[in-house]
This record gives sequence, C-alpha cells and structure tokens, in this order.
Amino acid sequence: MFKAKVLIKRRKTILDPQGKAVEIGAKHLGLTNIKNTRIDKYIEFNVDTKNRKSAEDEVNDYCKKLLANPIMEDYEFTLSEWTPPEEEAK
Amino acid sequence: MKKPKFGVVVFPGSNCDHDTYYVLKKILDLDVIFLWHKQATIEDCDVIILPGGFSYGDYLRTGAIARFSPIMNEVISFANNGGFVFGICNGFQILLEAGLLPGVMIRNESLNFVCKDVYLNIENRDTVFTKGINGKSSLKIPIAHGEGNYFADENTLKELEENNQIVFKYSESDGLITDNANPNGSIMNIAGIVNKPGNVLGMMPHPERSSDSVLGKTDGRLIFKALVNNIFN
Repeated sequence: MFKAKVLIKRRKTILDPQGKAVEIGAKHLGLTNIKNTRIDKYIEFNVDTKNRKSAEDEVNDYCKKLLANPIMEDYEFTLSEWTPPEEEAK
Repeated sequence: MKKPKFGVVVFPGSNCDHDTYYVLKKILDLDVIFLWHKQATIEDCDVIILPGGFSYGDYLRTGAIARFSPIMNEVISFANNGGFVFGICNGFQILLEAGLLPGVMIRNESLNFVCKDVYLNIENRDTVFTKGINGKSSLKIPIAHGEGNYFADENTLKELEENNQIVFKYSESDGLITDNANPNGSIMNIAGIVNKPGNVLGMMPHPERSSDSVLGKTDGRLIFKALVNNIFN
C-alpha cells in the first residue's frame, strides 16, 4: 500500500481572496513582512496496490479529474510505501 | 404550441430544486419532474435544470463532486447533442466543472456570502433564453452565493466576447455596467454565459426567486418564458 500526499496550488495568475483576507490579519498582528499569502490544499490518502506505477497512474487520474481543476490549479504529489498500523502490529 | 417538459435535477445538497419546480409547475403551468442525481437517464425531458444549492456541501470546489453524479453523464451527452441545459447558481458551478461552459468560479472578492437583488443587463438578446424579452433595460433578480466570482483567462474571455456568449452582466438598474454594480468581483461583471452553440446557459442569479409576484419581483419569469417560447421555434 502507498500513502499519497497531494499539494494543489492555485496558479499565481488567479486571485486568492482568502489569502488576501488572511494577510490583512497578519497586518493587524503587526507582522509587516508577510507578503503574498496563498491558501492552497493539501490532501492525503492511501492507494491500495503493490505496484508503484499503477498507484502513480491512479493518483494522477484522481488529481486531474477531481481533486484539482486544471483550469486554475496545478498539483504535485509524493508516494511513499505505507503499512496500515493494524498489519504492522501482527 | 408544444410546450417543453422540464427536468429538475436533485443533488444531495440542492436547495432551490423545489422553488424551481414550483415556478415551472404552478406559475408557468408547465410539465416538470424531479430527476434524482443517481438515476442514469433524463427520461423524456426537453430541458434540464441544474438548480441552486450546495451540492455535496461545496466540498473540494463548488460543483466538483456533483459533476460526477451518475445523471451527469447523460446530461453532458444531452447537452453535447444540442439539448437545453440551464444551470442556476450551484448549477452554473456544476456546468463549469463538467466542462460544458468555460471558466471557473472562485470565492467572492469580499469573502462575504452575498444575498441581495441585483440588476442584469442582457448582453445577448438572441439566445433561446433571452429572445423576446423586450422593453427592459435590465432584469432585477436576486443572487445568493459565496463563490460567484467568475474567472476565465484572456483567450477564453476573447472567445466569449467574439461568439456573443456573455448573456448577462451585473449592471446598474439602467443597464449600465459599472464596478459598483459588480457584487462578487466577477471578471467583466459576468453573471451568465452560454456555450458556443447556445443551448447551455449558466447564471449565478436566481430567476426562480423572482418569478412569483408575491415575492415582489417577476423578472426571472421572463427567462423561463423566453425559453418556453423559443425552444421549439
């Protein structure tokens, strides 16, 4: 089994109203050096296969079709081998 | 005159489905049925409405999960074969995610959920959804959304303009397009667009909420009426 960690980032050319609003909070905190706050998405899940290539293909499919909107977002991910805790205990 | 049969798709989290059904059935005296999102067919409907609401809790991105509901395969092929599809608010967001209309919807510039009456200038009066709406400089229709900030890249906008696909823009009551009239930051004040062939419309404002005179405004009715009058002509 693999664990996938996906980062979905909105393209720089697309406004991020949330990031902009949060940065106003930073200003109010007196954190004057904070610039270009962007709020993106981090998603974790398992892929139940032993084959790394098919795991990669499935993650790509998931990202392209559902997790990211290719019109405004890019994604990147890492895959690492992962054993469920209950199996590890056996 | 032959009247079209309407199908209102119900997703988990749709909440304007009954309002839309009510307007079509009781105000406009039309044939209308609900279509549960898990069914695989759209039956014998002539027009499919994707209603407003918060399908799947707006999780991930608005409309992103509803786009993969079983009925959507049928809605997409219906639309691609010239069938009439009308997405209102969340329905518009679903159409964008399904790729039936170009562009994306992002959070309102103000970050506020905006719920109020707005005025729409009709930019294209030659669509099945707008043809015959005369004597009005703008339509008064309410919006209610947190993510109605329409965005598209330069090429897409150019294409939308060249093909006359922008149908509604947020305007002043006299139809003038101003920054002040833009409630959510939408690029070019865009409130509603059609696809290139003109059979798929998405709009953020809610015409079903301004169709019953007891609510004090009826401009939304004009859009449904135009559709009914134009669809078989």
